[in-house]
Amino acid sequence: MTESRDKGLALTDITIGLNGRTLLRLSARVAPGAVLTVMGPSGSGKSSLLAYIGGFLDPAFVASGSCRVDGLELTSLPAEQRHAGLLFQDPLLFPHMSVAANIAFAVPPSVRSRAERRAIAERALAEIELAGFGDRDPDTLSGGQKARVALQRVLVSQPRLLLLDEPFSKLDMALRDQARQLVFDRANAAGLPVVLVTHDEADAAAAGGAVFEMRAA
Amino acid sequence: MALAARPTGSLSFVRLAPGLTLAVLLLPIAFGLAATFLPAFGYLPALGGTELTLAHFESLFAMPAIWRSAALSLLTGVVTAGVSLLIVMLFVAGWAGTRTFARLQHAVSPLLAIPHAAAAFGLAFLIAPSGFLVRLAAPWAGIERPPDWLIVNDPLGLTMMAGLVAKEMPFLLLVTLAALPQVKRAETMQLVSAFGYGRIAGFLFTLWPQVYRQIRFAVYAVIAYATAVVDVAVILGPNLPAILPVRLLQWMNDPDLSLRFLASAGAVLQLGVTLGALLGWLVIEQVASSICAALRGRGLRMVRERMLRIAALAATGTTAVLVFGGIALLALWSFAALWQFPAILPDAFTLSTWQRALPRILEPLAVTLGAGALSTAIALCLTIACLEQEARTGRVAGRRAMLAIYLPLIVPQIAFVFGLQVLFLASGTDQRFAALVFVHLVFVLPYVFLSLSDPWRAFDRRYDLIAAGLGRSRLALLLKVRLPMLSRAVLTAAAVGFAVSVGQYLPTVLIGEGRLTTVTTEAVALAAGGNRRVIGVYAFLQTLLPFLAFAIASLAPALLWRNRRAMRP
Repeated sequence: MTESRDKGLALTDITIGLNGRTLLRLSARVAPGAVLTVMGPSGSGKSSLLAYIGGFLDPAFVASGSCRVDGLELTSLPAEQRHAGLLFQDPLLFPHMSVAANIAFAVPPSVRSRAERRAIAERALAEIELAGFGDRDPDTLSGGQKARVALQRVLVSQPRLLLLDEPFSKLDMALRDQARQLVFDRANAAGLPVVLVTHDEADAAAAGGAVFEMRAA
Repeated sequence: MALAARPTGSLSFVRLAPGLTLAVLLLPIAFGLAATFLPAFGYLPALGGTELTLAHFESLFAMPAIWRSAALSLLTGVVTAGVSLLIVMLFVAGWAGTRTFARLQHAVSPLLAIPHAAAAFGLAFLIAPSGFLVRLAAPWAGIERPPDWLIVNDPLGLTMMAGLVAKEMPFLLLVTLAALPQVKRAETMQLVSAFGYGRIAGFLFTLWPQVYRQIRFAVYAVIAYATAVVDVAVILGPNLPAILPVRLLQWMNDPDLSLRFLASAGAVLQLGVTLGALLGWLVIEQVASSICAALRGRGLRMVRERMLRIAALAATGTTAVLVFGGIALLALWSFAALWQFPAILPDAFTLSTWQRALPRILEPLAVTLGAGALSTAIALCLTIACLEQEARTGRVAGRRAMLAIYLPLIVPQIAFVFGLQVLFLASGTDQRFAALVFVHLVFVLPYVFLSLSDPWRAFDRRYDLIAAGLGRSRLALLLKVRLPMLSRAVLTAAAVGFAVSVGQYLPTVLIGEGRLTTVTTEAVALAAGGNRRVIGVYAFLQTLLPFLAFAIASLAPALLWRNRRAMRP
């Protein structure tokens, strides 16, 4: 059994630099279900933190430091074994797959039967009030519906943590509050530590967790 | 962003792909050139040549009119490239951004798919003394018999150059169109027109140098191709003397094997001719850029450019009309019954030419399809693996890699494929079809790579990151996300590769040696006979194959993704 103090995400002595300039120096703990918000103007390199944790940092950056989730060191794993669920400002549903196939694509390979993967996808759709939308072309959904499908796609993949890169910035004002609520509630329910990168104060307020401010570049 | 995934076993092919691709591109050139050079200096043990000697060069230079042949080849290369580039430059400068430009661009791009030989036959049918244009003029000019003009096969090779321009101009235009998005055209043009420059002068002074820097390899490829072209030269080019590569091919395929030494020496001369044309072009580049700088220095505005713009438009449009008209004539002739001279249309249509030709065409057709499909499939696998490796390491192929990709298009085919033929014979294997596929691959691969690399690199990398974050492997990502989403680009690249393979004449003749023939080699072989109906069948079929490939490439994704709105082009 892992000890409870190991639960959640532990970022220790993370340093990210580019062209000999240090962009970011950070140590933080994010408890399961909690949110760490990283704020900074665009171009400050705040997304590089997500890239470092997720395992897709451009080789041009120099980065060091440890990322542990529930005691497991992520930095020694390739991206596809880190299970760091990503959400971007665009929902990025795979345009060639049906809505259900998008979600089924994310179901862990331990679920072998096609029917069962499909059933998981349908249940995930029902949870966000999109039951019966499985066979639809994702491009025919509204912006808010797409964002919800993208969230469910990440969640069924059983991620260890969520990395959010300004995920609400392209939504209408009216939808934005709803979407924030949904994402943070579900991350909390699933006990996932969340790292949110944003330049919107309202996102930080809604997230309610620790805030890390980046300097302007 | 690069996915710092460590290589897994199933993808080790991907890691090897760049090296393998370079080997496919460069080794045949290296070995082929070596096997061409050694016999030129007398070394070819299989034919009893063991001593180094210059005797073969002496007999080469003693051949009648050899220098005239060489000079004609050199001139063909420079003139073809110069005229093609001039038309493209003026057309793009004068019309880019207009609706006319967009419309003509769509009309010109299919020209690229038409094989050289078919385009040349079509042109010949159009402009020959008994051809369609003279028939059109006959009632007005009172012509009753085909006039005795030497238009096709003229001694200066002007018709041949026109035929080459008709094919190379569309190629350079498409390459230029691909380079245009890299420059800020609209903004720059607004700026320079505010300074009072005309479209053409403004474009040439500011944007053209940047554009030209990106397309110069393609221009060199055109020069090299046109100095060493065989199929178009056999159909449209001068006889007695023919240009150098045509004469070389006669010696290479002569039943008297001792002529191979002469052919080798000639291939070395050909290399020199192509090199000379390229060097001459470098001089022209310098002169043109100084002239341009001098005109710019004098503040030339060229506000009255209407005539020049119209001329560029007319040249581009005429090319499209001539080539498409020629292809239509090929089809017409293949179905024509009696069709006497001044008549504009045949008396009747018949299937009999096709029926008679079909039994003999099936085997070459099978070879054409087989070699095309296999070489394209291998080229696609290598290209996708290279691009995948690029995406994984974040290192994009640099300038030197681009040169390697263009090299098979710049080194004259005849100079190294002849060496490959010698090596093939010396190896004693009978795997002729495999050798044919491999030689086609050398020429298909560059085009497939050039066609697929831009869309592959432009793919939104965030899809990769999402899929990796979902725990899916690189391979699953490639097969289930990248390839389906890029299916249109992949199939287009495949169609380009297939079209290139179908159009290959010289490598097919040299490696096939008459025992393996394709629709293309059969069509060119008919040139001397002059039976327009049979030529029509072969040349039209030769055009049809690449068009079918392009039709599949555009219809299949439309059908496959008919219910996916975001997958529409």
